[in-house]
Amino acid sequence: MSALDLTGSSLRRRRVVNRGMELLAWLAAAIGVAILGIVVWSVAKKGSSELNLNLITKTPVPFALGPVKQGLANAFAGSLVIVGIATLMALPVGILVAVYLNEFAPPAIRNGVGIVLDVLNGIPAIVIGIFVFGLFVVGRGQSAFAGSFALACLMLPLVARATLEVLALVPNSLREASLALGVPRWRTTLSIVLPQTIGGVVTGTTLAVARVAGETAPLLFTSSIVGNQVNWDPHHALQTIPVAIFELSESPDPADHARAWAAAFVLLMFILVASLGARWLATRSRRKLQRAG
Amino acid sequence: MTKEDDTVSSTIETALRLETQRQPVGPHERLEQVFDIENMDALYGTKPALKGVTMPIYKNLVTAIIGPSGCGKSTFIRCLNRMNDLIPSFRMTGSIRYHGQEISGKDVDPVAIRRTIGMVFQRPNPFPKSIYENVAWGLRVLGMKDNLDDRVERALTQAALWDEVKDRLKASGLSLSGGQQQRLCIARAIAVQPGVVLMDEPASALDPIATQAIEQLMHELKSEYSFVIVTHNMQQAARVADMTAFFSISTGEEGQRWGELIEYDDTTKIFTAPSDKKTEDYVTGRFG
Repeated sequence: MSALDLTGSSLRRRRVVNRGMELLAWLAAAIGVAILGIVVWSVAKKGSSELNLNLITKTPVPFALGPVKQGLANAFAGSLVIVGIATLMALPVGILVAVYLNEFAPPAIRNGVGIVLDVLNGIPAIVIGIFVFGLFVVGRGQSAFAGSFALACLMLPLVARATLEVLALVPNSLREASLALGVPRWRTTLSIVLPQTIGGVVTGTTLAVARVAGETAPLLFTSSIVGNQVNWDPHHALQTIPVAIFELSESPDPADHARAWAAAFVLLMFILVASLGARWLATRSRRKLQRAG
Repeated sequence: MTKEDDTVSSTIETALRLETQRQPVGPHERLEQVFDIENMDALYGTKPALKGVTMPIYKNLVTAIIGPSGCGKSTFIRCLNRMNDLIPSFRMTGSIRYHGQEISGKDVDPVAIRRTIGMVFQRPNPFPKSIYENVAWGLRVLGMKDNLDDRVERALTQAALWDEVKDRLKASGLSLSGGQQQRLCIARAIAVQPGVVLMDEPASALDPIATQAIEQLMHELKSEYSFVIVTHNMQQAARVADMTAFFSISTGEEGQRWGELIEYDDTTKIFTAPSDKKTEDYVTGRFG
């Protein structure tokens, strides 16, 4: 028997298995990319007839006879208001939760609340919707505020988790440097630790915004009985893009369908750009932190 | 002679000068104490780190803490400014008095203690701020806002860094070399005018020239501050310290290990005529 068998059948079999596995992995990756490609392409194609400036500048004209210039300006405005207020609600609370957990809480509480955050993150959006419906909408009617609150509940764990992750990256030596000067803990956190996390917080917030901008279910309960005019007042229920897409999809008019596709395309592009921007910010801030460490 | 030879010979010269500059400490009874440590035990959880440490630390001297790895040197020095409070499982018993005042109790605010007892760490840890802000920030936060520029300049001068950075005070503290960063940290610590500066192996991450600069400045500043320095490097202790404490590891019956103070005396005595066999073994390089 030779010492080095380069032609044996077992070796050939191994090489074939290796090739096969590589191919499968490649295929899986290709499927992932292909699904995104097909979705974007088909959404763009079906919405192309309505994909123009009217979409964001004109309001809907119900029961239009003949070709009328119309769009979904009210939905874009409403989405902006509702997601904006949700961000204002979730951002400070999320950051404070993370700061408390990472800088002040004893380990037992940190782990416990960490699990609670994960559970909150896993609650289906429709359940949050029903919860907020029972809390704010019953007896008072729908409002953009109620919608914002529902979305903020969804954003909170995302923002808190993202902030926690960057806080853990801030080197302890920086905290020690400040504390050893006789600077109180809160001041150290505010002036030395938190400025290091801005990049990560912005990233986490961007991802959270991208996630809730497409949420439909909670808004059906809280902000869906709406007018067709552009309205910026959060005391009223406001139209939003996802709810508009849902409603238009049930319309008998093919032009409405095209408009829903076009709105979906805009939403998709927004999420894509926001995610890419967040990624870019994240790598930049991580590199900065590593230099500091 | 090349430039390098110059630096090397000046290093040797300074080292020699440091050796000869040292004044004999004199009778200990006549020295003023900054710290009086009595029967101190330190534990992490249930694991003892230090047992029964009793020693005074004198004013306007450099006191070196030497000993093998794991003998509790860092634990000891971090008790002096309550940095160990940051470790949840840490506990300490016994007493540490600073100018006669007990500072180890739960009712004593560690923030107030750290304000008067400064610390320089093993690895340089400047803030990710400008050189100027690294020194000025602490001053501002602690309310020493008058003559800020003068205070910053004075601290940087004392830390022997002013000439190298005076033209680029706005540059990031992180843009400096390791040795410069460490001197910046020293400037930051002394700017707030502490009574004592604790140094936890301040030169272990630095090259010999930067090390020498730091030893030199300790020597020059000890008339204003008292220094306690933990070091792995016995030559360094011999060069800079007036008093030296040797810590070693003791092993219990069940194999548990803790640090203990073995001998504490004038540096000259520790290195030339130690009274304990363990000290002698350590300083002559037979152990550790």
